[in-house]
Amino acid sequence: MTIPTATEPTAPAQTITAPAPPRKRRGWRREIIVSLILLPICLIWIYPFLWMVGSSLKTDTEIFGSVSILPEQAQWENYTRAWYEANIGPYFWNTIFITVFTIAIVVVTTAMIGYVIGRYPFPGRKVLVVLLIATLFLPEGYTIIPVFDLINQLGLSGSLWGIILAESGGAHVIQIMLFAGYFRQLPNELEEAARIDGAGFVRTFWTVMLPLAKPAIATAIILALMRVWNSFLIPLVLTLAQPELRTLAVGVYSFQGENMTDWSGMAAASTIALMPIVIIFLLLQRYFVEGVAGAVRG
Amino acid sequence: MAMLRPAERLAGADRTSGSPTTLRERLWNSRWCYVFMLPSLVLGALFTLYPMISSWYISFTDWSGLESDKRFVGVENYREAVGDAAFWSAFGRTFAFTAVAVPVMLILALFAALVLNDASLRMRAVFRTMFFLPVVTTTAIVGVVMSLIMNPFDGPLNAVLLDLGLIDRPVDFLGDPDLALWSVAGVFVWKWMGMSMIYWLVALQTVPQELYEAARVDGCTRRQTHRHITVPMITPFAVVIILITFVGALQTFPLVQSMTQGGPAFATELVELYIYRLAFAADFTPRLGYASAVAVFFGITVLIFTLAQVWGVRRAGAMQSDVKEVNRR
Repeated sequence: MTIPTATEPTAPAQTITAPAPPRKRRGWRREIIVSLILLPICLIWIYPFLWMVGSSLKTDTEIFGSVSILPEQAQWENYTRAWYEANIGPYFWNTIFITVFTIAIVVVTTAMIGYVIGRYPFPGRKVLVVLLIATLFLPEGYTIIPVFDLINQLGLSGSLWGIILAESGGAHVIQIMLFAGYFRQLPNELEEAARIDGAGFVRTFWTVMLPLAKPAIATAIILALMRVWNSFLIPLVLTLAQPELRTLAVGVYSFQGENMTDWSGMAAASTIALMPIVIIFLLLQRYFVEGVAGAVRG
Repeated sequence: MAMLRPAERLAGADRTSGSPTTLRERLWNSRWCYVFMLPSLVLGALFTLYPMISSWYISFTDWSGLESDKRFVGVENYREAVGDAAFWSAFGRTFAFTAVAVPVMLILALFAALVLNDASLRMRAVFRTMFFLPVVTTTAIVGVVMSLIMNPFDGPLNAVLLDLGLIDRPVDFLGDPDLALWSVAGVFVWKWMGMSMIYWLVALQTVPQELYEAARVDGCTRRQTHRHITVPMITPFAVVIILITFVGALQTFPLVQSMTQGGPAFATELVELYIYRLAFAADFTPRLGYASAVAVFFGITVLIFTLAQVWGVRRAGAMQSDVKEVNRR
């Protein structure tokens, strides 16, 4: 993996998500056949989600042994039951809190380090980049015990800040490389103009460079969102003794352990937990795909 | 990987302000750089570097996580791990899981990417969205939902298989010790295939369209085009894609824990789950020291495998280009 500082990081951004260029009607028959084969496959592919949403509005007897998706009559009380009785409500706000602060910390810190890696040939830069790339291959599961120990020693085991810190602290190499690549291709003249206007290093970064990096910021936010909203091992381990601090992922998992037979409640809880990220994905797909693609493109 | 570009190519403001000579001057001129990387480095040191070193230390103690002092026991934990049957079964299962899930996922994803890379396919954005959807969802919750779907009594999967007459009686996908690991692997492939598909699409996008046009003019079939243009052009990417997918496939904890919790009868207990059980879900006393030893041991094994893979694939790549070189002459 090279650092993605190579060439125009924004231009290839278009390629995956761009609409098809107009072409001759050559092979339209093939297109129809391919589409007709792919459509059912794709519907089966997302069937688990459709089933989940459908089941969240059914009665339990209606769910059992049924393949269909649409409920006879929408049972909205499944949602109230999940929200209040299964505590999905508090878990939802916990998750929002953790997500917002983690994203803020991750984006600001990775933008800063990415900026200097991308634009300045300071001594020790190469060593830093090699170290960063090395951490890509470090699986999270093998460091969870010391992280758990560290959060306890910092006295943060009773608060959501422990989870926020542990989530922000993991290596966010892809975001760093994304920012490095983006800042690198901004023209030098901007910096010189800012300096002539009397702006120092910090002001140049904050008022000139950072506002220009909006696309990179958006991608970095999405990457962090995907990671922290879906995170499981860290919040699970850090909330073992404090059920009231659980996130949605941990909450739904525990719900299953406690109410094995309440399928409609479980489906409602799962829908509440997945809906925000799915909606954001559908609206801002480009940035999701870009973020994931960054791992290889770099 | 890691073909680092020389620092001289950087667009740095310092270059224009004369060339500082001594190291001290260069350090001083870059002082703001170091300030800017400080927050990241502190976080990284606390939550990436320290945990690595601390794992090593804890692995040489018999710490249970309950008492505050850690008693040093030397290599005792490692000696125990080597003779621990439960560890070795988890170890074997993890590699079996990876060895099956990774190739299946990569091949499916490549196939999907090849189909969706066709610019004339008007609905390709829709298809891509649908294939990618599982990737963005919370793994642990998907695991819960999937365990309902695969339920032997009331789940829709068995209902549809029974209706189609493919099976006579319900299959216990997650309760049958011979089947559970492969059911989980199936869900794993479904969950993450979209990710590999995007990787392959990135690789495919780097192939210049003119090459395809030229091949078409020359009357190549689709298969010939793939064989002689696509495959050689995306091979360099394949190394990185295989590696990322392989490392990703070792992170199975959320899915397996939420689907089976390692059961039935430990049939799906992969190394990550075994570590978790030793450290946080023990029946008796938690054993953080021993769990760390298992984690360190496994981490090193994975690292060796990863490096071997990088080396092997690079060798293969080098040999391939040698062959091409020879053919050209």
